[in-house]
Amino acid sequence: MTNLLELNQLSKAFGAVRVSDGLSFALAGGEALGVIGPNGAGKTSMFNLITGTLDADSGDILYAGKSVISLSAAARAKSGMARSFQVPQPFTAMTVFENTLVAATAAAGLSIRDANGHCLQVLDQIGMMDKANDPAGSLTLLERKRLELARALAAKPKLLLLDEIAGGLTEHECRDLVATIRSLRQTGITIIWIEHIVHALLAVVDRLLVLDFGQKIADGDPTAVMADGQVRQIYMGIDADA
Amino acid sequence: MTEATTYRVIQSTPSSQMAALAALALLVILVAAPWWAGRGDMRLLSEIFLYLSLAVLWNLLAGYAGLVSVGQQAFVGFGGYGLFALAMFLGLHPLLAVPLVGVAAALIAIPIAFLIFRLSGAYFAIGTWVIAEVFRLSFAQVSSLGGGSGTSLPIAIVKSMAGSRALRDSISYWAALAMIVLVLAVVYLWLRSRHGISLTAIRDNELAARSLGIDVWWTKFWVYLVAAALTASVGALLFLQKLRISPDAAFNVNDWTAYVIFIVVIGGIGTMEGPLIGTLVFFLLRGFFADLGTVYLMVLGAVAIVVILKAPRGIWGYIHDRYGLTLFPVSRRVVKFDSSHKNENPS
Repeated sequence: MTNLLELNQLSKAFGAVRVSDGLSFALAGGEALGVIGPNGAGKTSMFNLITGTLDADSGDILYAGKSVISLSAAARAKSGMARSFQVPQPFTAMTVFENTLVAATAAAGLSIRDANGHCLQVLDQIGMMDKANDPAGSLTLLERKRLELARALAAKPKLLLLDEIAGGLTEHECRDLVATIRSLRQTGITIIWIEHIVHALLAVVDRLLVLDFGQKIADGDPTAVMADGQVRQIYMGIDADA
Repeated sequence: MTEATTYRVIQSTPSSQMAALAALALLVILVAAPWWAGRGDMRLLSEIFLYLSLAVLWNLLAGYAGLVSVGQQAFVGFGGYGLFALAMFLGLHPLLAVPLVGVAAALIAIPIAFLIFRLSGAYFAIGTWVIAEVFRLSFAQVSSLGGGSGTSLPIAIVKSMAGSRALRDSISYWAALAMIVLVLAVVYLWLRSRHGISLTAIRDNELAARSLGIDVWWTKFWVYLVAAALTASVGALLFLQKLRISPDAAFNVNDWTAYVIFIVVIGGIGTMEGPLIGTLVFFLLRGFFADLGTVYLMVLGAVAIVVILKAPRGIWGYIHDRYGLTLFPVSRRVVKFDSSHKNENPS
């Protein structure tokens, strides 16, 4: 089967800082990839490069077998990529419902009639129905993060990029989130999830990628990756001192 | 949550339904103005309609698409001169010239958009002003239109509109009324459509809009084009009322942009209702203070400062936040209705 996403020697630098340094990996359709790495490792930059928010210096990105490196962020979104932002980017004066409606009409290309139904379903699934008419600007940080997820789902993605959506959740909420994302996998969505809450990540993903200084440190079975000495040293630096 | 609870999406609110009825009644009264209003009242109303049109269009540009243009006088003047040229050189009926200058303005806005869309923020604003100055200097070179001192619409053309002066006044008034109805309808239907959802999203957050599949450049491009076309048509009507045009009057940054920005900002930028409130306030202030010369401008400035400090989102923003009123329902609300009620009432 063909890969849904393929990064080939993807590089991007801001001056001397390399946020992506010859990064390559491939992701099969339906796979769920977890991404970990220290702060500043280039995780969010990788999402920015994949979705076209950031232009790469060199390298290529193949999506569904075609190069998307020269496509705009909007065109990539229309082709089925959706992301949540680590720092939430709500449409503040629009209601929660209208936020999801933007994704359903623009990215998924639904008619307003179909989009209405789809967005109500997403809000119900994410548990935000009681906030549907609130302006997004009035939400708390946690609610804004949940809206990021709702909006990404309203876009009917083939490839879903989640950027630290579990931070700050209670144990109970985190379990709900894991259950939600697991149920998304059942529908065949391919997922890349950046998360510091490793146990939540490991409950969902079947593969783990470790980044540091824009480079791939490890990639493979989550338990094997977590046991890797280099990963333990870089990712859980404290362990190396002990 | 029970299965009997379902949700649906509605756009109108009780206050908006009342507003729609009131607007319809108001429209009937306004259409009949030639039978109840004096000549001076009709001129004032026409001017209000045309200023409101400019404000609604500038609000669409700046308040929704983020295109803060201080050069819309380019299109006002283009429309005015276009009408004079079409009527004088081609012998077209002035009212027929109004839509034609709109089309011409849209065409000329295409290369301008490609040029100035390379700029953003303050640079964009200055760019639009420079374009407007280029328009002013260019039209001042056309000697057949009076060059720098301008020209009047020949009396024969004025008389060709209608035999009597009363009928001419009425026609010119109805044209202005039709213009504001058209402008409000275009903007309102646009904002209610799927394109309006995208446009509102761009207003709130361009980064998120892009990553949700909205082509920000093209959306802005269409807004710029439509605003240019309608602004030029408004300009044509403004100078059809004045019957005289000169480069300084046609491309005046105070009259066609500064006052319009004042109206939109104090009324409430980025809302449909804001320009309405702002226009009313502007004409009230003008009515009371216009005779005071420079003091009038100082009053306008003071009002702008007070409103911006006390109600940063304008007068309508304040009213909306406080009372939750909506006149133009472009927003969508999710309402819950309990379908079990239906079961209790078998029919």
